[in-house]
Amino acid sequence: MKFTLGWLREHLNTDATLDAIVEGLTRIGLEVEGVENPGEKLAAFRVAKVLSAERHPQADKLQVLSVDAGNGPLQVVCGAPNARAGMIGVFGAPGAYVPGLDVTLKVAAIRGVESNGMMCSTRELELGEDHDGIIELPADAPVGTPYPDYAGLNDPVIDVSITPNRQDCMGVRGIARDLAAAGLGTLLPITVPVIAGDGPAPDVRTNDPAGCPAFFAQAVRGVTNGESPDWLRRRLLAIGQKPISTLVDITNYIMFDLGRPLHVYDMAKLSGGLVARKAAAGEQVVALNGRTYTLTDTMTVIADDTSVHDVGGIMGGEHSGVSADTTDVLIECAYFDPDHIARTGQALTLTSDARTRFERGVDPAFLADGLAIATGVVVALCGGTPSAAKTAGEAPQAVHLVEYDPNHAETLGGLVVAPERQKAILESLGFTVDANWRVGVPSWRRDIDGSADIVEEVIRIEGIDKVPTVALPRIPGVARPTATPDQLLERRVRRAAAARGLNEAVTWSFLSQSQADVFGSGSWTLANPISEDLRVMRPSLLPGLLAATERNLKRGAGTVRLFELGRRYLAGAAGNSDERPTLGVILAGEKRARGWQGGKAVTFDAYDAKAEALALLAAAGAPVDNLAVMGPESEQAGAAWHPGQSGTLRLGPKTVLAAFGMIHPSVAKAFDLDGAIAGVELYLDALPTKRGTTGFMRPAYAPPALQPVRRDFAFLVPATLPAETLVRAARGADKTAIVAARVFDVFVGAGVEPGHQSVAVEVILQPTGTSFTDEQLKAIADKVVAAAAKQGAVLRG
Amino acid sequence: MTELDSMRDPMLAAIAASASLDALDAVRVEALGKQGRITQLLKTLGKMTPDERQVQGPQIQALREVVAGAIATRKAELERAELDARLASETLDMTLPVEPALVGTIHPVSQVMDELAEIFADLGFAVATGPEIEDDWHNFTALNIPESHPARAMHDTFYCEPQPEGDGSYADGVARKMLLRTHTSPVQIRTMLTQKPPIRIIAPGRTYRSDSDATHTPMFHQVEGLVIDKGITLGHLKWTLETFLKAFFERDDITLRLRPSYFPFTEPSAEVDVGYTMQKGKRVIGGADGWMEVLGSGMVHPKVIAACGLDPAEYQGFAFGCGIDRLAMLKYGMDDLRAFFDGDIRWLKHYGFSALDVPTLSGGVGA
Repeated sequence: MKFTLGWLREHLNTDATLDAIVEGLTRIGLEVEGVENPGEKLAAFRVAKVLSAERHPQADKLQVLSVDAGNGPLQVVCGAPNARAGMIGVFGAPGAYVPGLDVTLKVAAIRGVESNGMMCSTRELELGEDHDGIIELPADAPVGTPYPDYAGLNDPVIDVSITPNRQDCMGVRGIARDLAAAGLGTLLPITVPVIAGDGPAPDVRTNDPAGCPAFFAQAVRGVTNGESPDWLRRRLLAIGQKPISTLVDITNYIMFDLGRPLHVYDMAKLSGGLVARKAAAGEQVVALNGRTYTLTDTMTVIADDTSVHDVGGIMGGEHSGVSADTTDVLIECAYFDPDHIARTGQALTLTSDARTRFERGVDPAFLADGLAIATGVVVALCGGTPSAAKTAGEAPQAVHLVEYDPNHAETLGGLVVAPERQKAILESLGFTVDANWRVGVPSWRRDIDGSADIVEEVIRIEGIDKVPTVALPRIPGVARPTATPDQLLERRVRRAAAARGLNEAVTWSFLSQSQADVFGSGSWTLANPISEDLRVMRPSLLPGLLAATERNLKRGAGTVRLFELGRRYLAGAAGNSDERPTLGVILAGEKRARGWQGGKAVTFDAYDAKAEALALLAAAGAPVDNLAVMGPESEQAGAAWHPGQSGTLRLGPKTVLAAFGMIHPSVAKAFDLDGAIAGVELYLDALPTKRGTTGFMRPAYAPPALQPVRRDFAFLVPATLPAETLVRAARGADKTAIVAARVFDVFVGAGVEPGHQSVAVEVILQPTGTSFTDEQLKAIADKVVAAAAKQGAVLRG
Repeated sequence: MTELDSMRDPMLAAIAASASLDALDAVRVEALGKQGRITQLLKTLGKMTPDERQVQGPQIQALREVVAGAIATRKAELERAELDARLASETLDMTLPVEPALVGTIHPVSQVMDELAEIFADLGFAVATGPEIEDDWHNFTALNIPESHPARAMHDTFYCEPQPEGDGSYADGVARKMLLRTHTSPVQIRTMLTQKPPIRIIAPGRTYRSDSDATHTPMFHQVEGLVIDKGITLGHLKWTLETFLKAFFERDDITLRLRPSYFPFTEPSAEVDVGYTMQKGKRVIGGADGWMEVLGSGMVHPKVIAACGLDPAEYQGFAFGCGIDRLAMLKYGMDDLRAFFDGDIRWLKHYGFSALDVPTLSGGVGA
């Protein structure tokens, strides 16, 4: 909402400075977004008289002028066709900045003749489009006066941001009222003309009391609708409104002045009376913006006998709008129900200054006065004879009373304000206060509902900066962790991943349908996505990371190790979402760059992914020694992975804690990636939750007294036998003596028959009490060999 | 005893002249070996009279010790020289590069969330969470934003297509609509519905608005704060915000400006500006050369408290909401919000944090 200081002063008697007003507006909740003085940038330009004009000796189209801008004659070269001796125009001396040309004037020789400045056109001064000639001022314009002073351009424009609850401040008068309450002046009385109507009142009525409870109208016959007077045009231009014609300009002016939207109809284009009614479903209207809108039967329209002329309270129709030919005008001053307006506006996605005001609730008690003021201005500026006013229906006007306790300012607002001061504040804002502190809410304050709203009024006018700070009391007792176990888990895993050299990314929660399809399609689709690329809530963290990987490689990154910790969005019970905390990792590019030690560059493989998965699971506290490596949970879940180089890590047969492996080449290709790409997805929600601690005490420290013994076995096994099966067999061969077993070599080649491989396993035995005897060691070794044999493994000789 | 003297000096000379361990060992064998000359002399002691032995014994022993000592000393010298020679031959170029250590990073959004949790833990606030795919009751209605309220349009909401089985309806029969939460405020509602006051929570997380330009992204991060108790006033809100912002920016000269404003779910409401100074063309928090809006806040609206089943006559409190990405930008100086979500490893390494930079009160929450 923009207005000028001069405009404000028509409602507010104040000697406050511009700075004080700007500061005051922000302090009371009318945030100033900008202040601009359109005259400031033209301060160097002066009213000047052309004393003489001679042909330029070197150029036909140029003249050499002698110009007096108050300090005696100056020689100026000018190309304007209308420059002539005796005329008064606007002169910029050397040093003046010409905004329309973006140049600063200097003394210069133009085709050999010295020029000491410039006579300006409106376009050069950014005051209009005219560039056919220089500005011509009336003969009585005082030579030497700064042009902005002469033209009244020195009226600062203030731009305030009005919150949606303050419709009353979407007019200059409401802002003036607030400023007066804040002690920055006195609100001037408003003059409502008494109009002696002549001739029949226009035929208007409302058949939709819910959508349009009140429809007031007045006709003015015999008007002349031309260009508005300068003061009106200048005001509208100053606040960024384009002047159109006097009648339209008047409605706009009163809307910005008093917050009262109006509409004017050319009566010659109406057939019969105007009625506010519900639209028929499918009915169409061409609005003033030139667009055709198809209406539904919930929308309120203004129509005559033949057609719809107005989307009620939102936008007028093109057909019945006023024009230069209009002689008889009907002025509409109606009350539209805010909820109806909001719904209609949202459904049509049609915004207008009128809608903004009606949907926030205009003053229902300001219909008759608003209409009289509008009619008065029309008669004053356009002539004509006003009719009697027609008032159809009635705007809702129940006086809203709030039971208020002045102590509430302190108990809620934290500020002690004397009751008489509170009363004064409220009354200056238009509230009434009776002896029992029943507060009457002014008709223009639809936002005031309860006691808390009254507190806000008192605090904002008294000054929120005066509220003293009060420390929150400390919670008694020992400080306890304020993060939940899930949150602590996320923090641990995140920092573990970073400590392992992975870079944390944050990628969009949404992705394209085609990307989602590869990862289980996605359960949540946006109805109004910002683009097709951001349509489906991600079912996996990998696609976002793959897309980021592609961008990084394209930028020339040699290696990409990215992770993200965020949610996957699945369908939950009862129509709710099931949002699962998940960690995704992508490893791409070079695992190790070529080097003098390692030779050629090495890419990532599936075991790198497995190592990340296990390390991060260990950091998360998962029992990594007890996890089984299995295939994908389902065909769909496996589709993203290389079928032979991927797996899942499970706790028990069903609980999948992580998936890892190489990304399927065709999936990588869909992301414009090639080469070896490894990935991990860790399902934090599936991790076993830690049971409540039983204190900080650890079990007693009891290391074994004797050293462990290592024994190596080399087995010949079918190539299809998973190594883990062999290791588990070896480990389980003697549950008391064997504490660990691991593969330390896998060999295929000379001496190993085709379809087989040699797998070497190291078994660790832990003696307790006494050392193993040779017989015991042999017995254990035999058990290991026997257990391995059950899995088809033969001890190599 | 010239015989012994004449024996000793050449032996010591031979020891000193030994150029290798082998040569030295030959000298040792000649002197002290089984057939060595000193060994032979010692054997003569047995045939001597006790008087002779009394005289000869110590002299021969002394000779043996001198020679053995000289051999040991020379041996150590030769060994040392041999080791030095071997080590000299093993010299490597210590300027050759080694495998670089992997340097991972924490995203600034995560880091700032941890900072916030730490600061507010000190004030007794727990961290609460809620779903990002919300229903319109939690996101709007319960927050005093009814269907036709202009604030719904203000929010540029992303709505979800209905689920295959439908989204259900509320107890009053109104159809439920699923959407991406436009703010973290629905977590206020969920917390008040499930917890008894006193309540002190912050709720950081992802939020969504259908907005995309230089300074807006369709996904961003917010932190919500909520305190519900008896006797909480705007004064407590002011103190909490001041304490939080001072702790977050680790500056005592933080100046706050509260401006009355409007949010449907708070009354009174205030937007909070923080003062900045211009340094090298960048806005730096602290001082009061100008003001930057950092958060919205207010006293929780009685209707919101009532919607959560609490008695607004008994309980009141405050709430605030703040952009986490913006906090990060103000503290650490990033100037492009869009880069937060691009995953550019150069950016992540530049603005990211070490895994070891865990925010703590004792070490300072900033890194």
